[in-house]
Amino acid sequence: MMEVPLFLRGIFVVTGKNMRLYYTKPPVLMFGLLFPLFMFFAFFVGRHLDLTTFFPAFLAMMLFFTASSVGPLITPWEKREKTYERLLSYPVTQDSIILGDVAAGAIFGIGISLLVWIASVFFVPVAVTNPGLFVLAFILGTLSCAALGVLLASPASDSPPNVMIFSNLVRFPLIFISGIFVPLQQMQGWGLALAYCSPLTYLVDLFNAAMSGTSAFSPFVDCSVLIAVSAGFILAARVIQKRNMMKGM
Amino acid sequence: MNAIEAKHLVKRFGAVTAVNDVSLTVREGETFGFLGPNGAGKTTTIRLLTGVLSPDAGDVRITGIDIHRHPLDAKMQMGVIPESSTVYGDLSAEQNLHLSGQMYGMPRALREERIDEILSQMGLNEKRRNPVRTFSKGMKQRVSIACAIIHRPRVLFLDEPTSGLDVQSRRLVIDTIRRMNEQGSTIFLTTHNIEEANTLCQTVCIINKGKVVAQDSPERLKKMFDTTQSVEVSFDRTVTRDLFAAEGILRAEPYGDKWRLYTDNPDRVLKYLVGRAERESIGIMSLTTSGPSLEEAFVHLTERA
Repeated sequence: MMEVPLFLRGIFVVTGKNMRLYYTKPPVLMFGLLFPLFMFFAFFVGRHLDLTTFFPAFLAMMLFFTASSVGPLITPWEKREKTYERLLSYPVTQDSIILGDVAAGAIFGIGISLLVWIASVFFVPVAVTNPGLFVLAFILGTLSCAALGVLLASPASDSPPNVMIFSNLVRFPLIFISGIFVPLQQMQGWGLALAYCSPLTYLVDLFNAAMSGTSAFSPFVDCSVLIAVSAGFILAARVIQKRNMMKGM
Repeated sequence: MNAIEAKHLVKRFGAVTAVNDVSLTVREGETFGFLGPNGAGKTTTIRLLTGVLSPDAGDVRITGIDIHRHPLDAKMQMGVIPESSTVYGDLSAEQNLHLSGQMYGMPRALREERIDEILSQMGLNEKRRNPVRTFSKGMKQRVSIACAIIHRPRVLFLDEPTSGLDVQSRRLVIDTIRRMNEQGSTIFLTTHNIEEANTLCQTVCIINKGKVVAQDSPERLKKMFDTTQSVEVSFDRTVTRDLFAAEGILRAEPYGDKWRLYTDNPDRVLKYLVGRAERESIGIMSLTTSGPSLEEAFVHLTERA
């Protein structure tokens, strides 16, 4: 039996299909590109903030929005266009579809965030003190955020607008409690407790560790949390989507 | 070897049992028709057979491979045209076919060769680079079929492939099914069109309320009901149903500009019609008798369950 190569090929082809079909869809451009830029202008521009200090948080926010914007769109869109059943009838499994969706979100997040980082180098004097950790932050950040996006698309729905609204209901609060606009060191009480619950907090912290060399947690803790939440999001998406399939298409 | 083997399939959605202990066998190279009224469980069965849904009980083997244990190996053997499922509208016909070929692991050169061949057969060569969303329903269905046969599957599943198509597209689809079967593919076809099943299929299986009620060749199924033959008659003027209130006529139904009279004694009905027409000076335009139809067998089998 040759199931493993077929499984890997399924992930690869589904990823390619997603990249071709969904990167230019209006909801992805709106919630993945424009929103983080608007948030940047709203909170960082004209407030005499030290952009160098806040840049890791901005990069984490950009990565979070871009990587988590593709996943919520794919499955509802395919269900609405009635292509999902055809996709399932190809030599792919639900697991390869989920991993293909995560990969498409992660590649989108890496691509756009890298562009933003490269462009920013010309305007903001950002340093990377630990390049290895910086690369790791990119990979684990995009993976966890893309996995969150796929999890948000898992409830049974064939309405992309409903899923996008639901995903924003989850995503927006996360950026306010994750040390992006208020550094973790300045948080206290409930705010700090909430920040500990957000996976984005650990991504911001990891970027801080990689770029400025200072962080609230050890990079090992940040990486462990991001790996654990990525696995948790993917497993939860798998369980929900399998449960949905037991109920029918 | 059997191309498809399903044993004791059960699928429940809440309190509803959509598929109830369905077993069927399709021999390699056969065209197998799967008929049933709306809501009988045809589409759920086809989704179980193609691995789209998992059964609550029972198992399915495609060319001997258990589809729920080895879904990818089993799916490599088949092509599927799901009911009302479309291809990607934002992609062109050619891109959809490339995507489908990639899913089946076909190398680029082979894909291109097959795409040229299939698009010509399907009459889509001129519009191969146009987005599929601009296509008519018939053209979309042709792309859908092309995507399912690009890898020359050993088993081809078609769920209502001709539903809602114009005559030209329907003929093209039927010709493609015939050609695939001649080339060795096993065909599993669900359809509402009884005549289509009658002319295409070597075996017909009828499902009703989630249960298989009959599985045999169309001719044998018809013979199960050879007490119901019919006489078709048309007159040179409009007549009412009252004309057919006679002994030996079990049922009279308008059939286009004709009447179809169901009977277990065609000789008696013919003599009655000729005599009555002569007495009332009605001209008979046409008069034919026919044996029991597959449609009649279908109606009997699905009504009595």
